[in-house]
Amino acid sequence: MSGFRGAVVTFPGSNCDRDMAVALEEVSGEPAIRVWHGDADLPDGLDFIALPGGFSYGDYLRSGAMAARSPIMQAVIAAAGRGVPVLGVCNGFQVLTESGLLPGALMRNAGQNFVCRTVALTVENNQSLFTAGYDAGAEIRIPVAHHDGNYFADEATLDRIEGEGRVAFRYAEAVNGSQRNIAGVLNEAGNVLGMMPHPERAIEPAHGSSDGRALFASAIRSLVSA
Amino acid sequence: MKVRIFVSLKPGVLDPQGRAIHHALEGLGFTGVNDVRAGRLIELDVADDTSDAALDDMCRKLLANMVIENYRIEKLETA
Repeated sequence: MSGFRGAVVTFPGSNCDRDMAVALEEVSGEPAIRVWHGDADLPDGLDFIALPGGFSYGDYLRSGAMAARSPIMQAVIAAAGRGVPVLGVCNGFQVLTESGLLPGALMRNAGQNFVCRTVALTVENNQSLFTAGYDAGAEIRIPVAHHDGNYFADEATLDRIEGEGRVAFRYAEAVNGSQRNIAGVLNEAGNVLGMMPHPERAIEPAHGSSDGRALFASAIRSLVSA
Repeated sequence: MKVRIFVSLKPGVLDPQGRAIHHALEGLGFTGVNDVRAGRLIELDVADDTSDAALDDMCRKLLANMVIENYRIEKLETA
């Protein structure tokens, strides 16, 4: 895996950035590059950009809203446009929808409660660079921990992303009131994935599940073989 | 110039917060509450020559999430 250049962006209030960096390092064998929200530029030649979970800017205004307008996100949006893979997990997913890189919005959980447990997900699309390591329709177990994970988009948008195979993961059980139980969404080009569940918290047996490992392995493999 | 921005969920978007407030009101014994929708009030103090277009832009680019929210701008008389 030599030469893989994966970056993790840290916003004020991110709290899963270290976990994300460790997951990238474990799977790629290369150190993760840490990037600060106030930076205007990303390091050159990145293969992968991760937006971690947490409570960026204290969830002020709306979850992810402030981070989506931070200087580094302009560079992330440009990189995504050039085809660099971008993974947003939990708060990172909220940042991706707020920035317009992904459709829809993440609202307060329907039950009003913070949900923190390991849930079952169905792999809906195993053709993306993030999900190619899973069998189609596989059920995997990944932890969630969020208050605002209730995915919303209008019916036309939902029909469109479903039709285009852009629903990457679906909850196999009721979790947060998400429309059509959507847990993870791809952009049109397939190089941006946002998901509420935390694959970086499920990469080795000691975590209780290592089902998240294949996501990082798929992405890294696709880049190395590309 | 003082400006008030009222941000509310679009009709048809489920409002879990409003529903919880509704249940709490009923729990306190208030009857006859048909529905509750919760929103957000943002007060701005802006230069007097700030244009309506600029205020609209602020709402669309940051203050409201146009996927799920509407906004209404109310300019207050300068004291």
